Amino acid sequence: MSALTLNCPVPAVARDHVSLGHGSGGKLSAELMRDVFLPAFRNETLERLEDQATVKLGNVQIAMTTDSFVVKPLFFRGGDIGSLAVHGTVNDLAMGGATPLFLSVAFIIEEGLPMETLRRVTASLGRAASACGVQVITGDTKVVDKGSGDGVFINTTGLGLTPEGLYLSAGAARPGDAVILSGFIGDHGIAILAEREGLEFETQVESDSAPLHTLVAQMLETTRAIRCLRDPTRGGVSSSLNEIAAQSQVGILLEEEAIPVRDEVRGACEMLGLDPLYVANEGKLLAIVDPSDADKLVATMRRHPPGLEARQIGIVTESDRGWVTMRTVLGTTRIVDMLAGDQLPRIC
Amino acid sequence: MCLAVPGKLVETQSISESRVGVVQFGGIKRSVFLDFVPEAQVGDYVLVHVGFAISRMDEEEAQRTYKLLEHIGMLEIEDPAFSGDPDAAESLASIERSPNPGPETAEPIPATGGNNAIR
Amino acid sequence: MRYVDEYRDPRIAQALVDRIHTRTKKPWVLMEICGGQTHTLMRYGIDELIPPKVELVHGPGCPVCVTPIEVVDKAAEIAARPDVIFVSYGDMLRVPGTRSDLFRVKAHGGDVRIAYSPMEAVKIAANNPSKKVVFFGIGFETTAPANAMAVWKARELGLKNFSELVSHVLVPPAIRLLLNSAENRVQGFIAPGHVCTVMGYWQYKALVDEFHVPIVVGGFEPVDLLEAILMLVTQLENGQAKVENQYGRTVDYAGNHPAQVIMEEVFEVADRKWRGIGTIPMSGLRLRDEFAVYDAEKIFGVEALEAEEPAECIAAQVLQGLKKPIDCAAFACQCTPEHPLGAPMVSAEGACAAYYQYRRHAASLKCIA
Repeated sequence: MSALTLNCPVPAVARDHVSLGHGSGGKLSAELMRDVFLPAFRNETLERLEDQATVKLGNVQIAMTTDSFVVKPLFFRGGDIGSLAVHGTVNDLAMGGATPLFLSVAFIIEEGLPMETLRRVTASLGRAASACGVQVITGDTKVVDKGSGDGVFINTTGLGLTPEGLYLSAGAARPGDAVILSGFIGDHGIAILAEREGLEFETQVESDSAPLHTLVAQMLETTRAIRCLRDPTRGGVSSSLNEIAAQSQVGILLEEEAIPVRDEVRGACEMLGLDPLYVANEGKLLAIVDPSDADKLVATMRRHPPGLEARQIGIVTESDRGWVTMRTVLGTTRIVDMLAGDQLPRIC
Repeated sequence: MCLAVPGKLVETQSISESRVGVVQFGGIKRSVFLDFVPEAQVGDYVLVHVGFAISRMDEEEAQRTYKLLEHIGMLEIEDPAFSGDPDAAESLASIERSPNPGPETAEPIPATGGNNAIR
Repeated sequence: MRYVDEYRDPRIAQALVDRIHTRTKKPWVLMEICGGQTHTLMRYGIDELIPPKVELVHGPGCPVCVTPIEVVDKAAEIAARPDVIFVSYGDMLRVPGTRSDLFRVKAHGGDVRIAYSPMEAVKIAANNPSKKVVFFGIGFETTAPANAMAVWKARELGLKNFSELVSHVLVPPAIRLLLNSAENRVQGFIAPGHVCTVMGYWQYKALVDEFHVPIVVGGFEPVDLLEAILMLVTQLENGQAKVENQYGRTVDYAGNHPAQVIMEEVFEVADRKWRGIGTIPMSGLRLRDEFAVYDAEKIFGVEALEAEEPAECIAAQVLQGLKKPIDCAAFACQCTPEHPLGAPMVSAEGACAAYYQYRRHAASLKCIA
């Protein structure tokens, strides 16, 4: 589900052409990586498949990430493509424990875009970068024919410094570890959907787009027994957790009642037949941590704005390796599967 | 099939021969066509499917049946042994489901066309 | 959320489960018709809570799954035309046809759009007079009034560029087919609550009278389904066979009159092929002749294509409740949501897809590659 994501496991199997499903963060995206990209770019760093790449440059450990932003509409409650570009990139670096320092920004602009729109996006991007303490040090601009783009696409590269001795990886989860979520899920995806579909809310749902690097810094100060950090963007909490379960070869068991969802987001999801576990977030993180440090980590997180509603939502298990499962409100267990492509609204 | 969600009708208006309303589902509001529920008024709960209200929730019936459900839920807490008592279960069963009020012997909708114009 | 949360109350659910356990003395085979009900049962693990003596099998209540493969092909062909805007409910987008599906058509540049309501398609038609707008009108009786109303309103607005590709199916003929089948094991049915919201449950009374099998109209939340199961078991243990209504908060005997009227105005009953089952007489709806100008099949003259389901697919048996998805050798091996072989894997509401999505980790699958 672009920002729309359905938990319908219906196949989207246009294998001879790239389909929207390939960009959704689910199984098709994973397939694309495995079948097209990895074979062409073989190296150890890439094959770790983390949100960012950590490499040594001389004596210094740097983290690097790249991201592209294609959100439609360009402006939405809680943000716009400019601020989203900064937050998304900063967060990818932060998930590796890196301090973000520099960004490059490349614009691909559709001919005919009003100059005023470009100014607004750029100003917002600049403000967000300042607020995060990062500098935009280089960039590029291309203009494409009318009809070849969605107004504007933004690509970024982020650079940061990773502290020595820090190793965060989706492959590091161990049975017994706690699964911590920083707050309400589904806000971003539903906010975008609301703009596109003209949904009205009593209390308007805003995108949760926000930088997480200062929160992460505080978390790392509290404990170094954090195995992994992930920001559940496209594909939602489900995709991130499924990736961790697969890479660490562990099971993850969630508690349905513990998962925080705003009423408005819940209402929208019920109405459209969407599952919040698959809806995109842009200001949330998942942390896998040693169980003995779980409580104090949650306490730290709750003292910082992006983590006010932090809580433990599950545990890593020995059994059901490779699966994410969930204990329902009725006490039974079911799988939380990885989506194939996008979640689509359903009537059935 | 048939994802239909109950919501509260908070506004109605007529737009060129159609009655349209705004329905609230736990914090979100959506515009809904009311052609199939001419009797629904602001404050009523309606069941919505693909943008149309397909019925008005029967508040009384819901209360009555919910009270029964709550009752057995409470009994469960007060005395879990109760649920193992078949006699008690039987007597509750006899009042659990009274026959639905309404025309059990009524004729189905006659297959006429055209006369019942949709307003 | 009102009328939703109360019916997910774990305490009430547990009480109902306990009662079902107390009351069940003999083994029974029950079937829920509606895919949405299957979805709830799997998602909440209700089949794990009820006694093993009560076996739940899943019926053909998934209009997406049972949409004939030829209709999907027709949809894909129409949608690929450059002068067409093809509008569909999200459910149908990935259903595989013989060579293509709507998602693939979209990937190749077709203007395929998802709508939450058929009226969005009417609006698109009004706003795009130079394009032909086609709405994919699928579903059971629940959706038929809305799909009918879209055609009606298009006519009122004088739109010349709107049409519907109609593929509606009706529930009672499918139940009749199951009950008439020599291999039928089902002893009690949970009738689809939202279909009955529109149609009432008088049709099910007729079935009960004819076949002496208990039928309970059930809702879609866990408490609804558990209560319906309890009501069926109670009847069966007492040797009764009547129609009862668990979903009284929205269902009554006669159903929704204005909705039935518009269905009657715009559609007429016709034979319909069900994917995975075959043709069931008088089991579908098509547009009446007066609405021929809104009939996409006629307007686009789409040819009928012959299509065959793969041999490994035991869909027909699954849809009739004779086998479970995990009984199928191809389940989760050759047949997955990404590569479905047959109808019940094709939609979220299909039994195979529901099992795959929520429960396959429990099944010990031995794939014969």
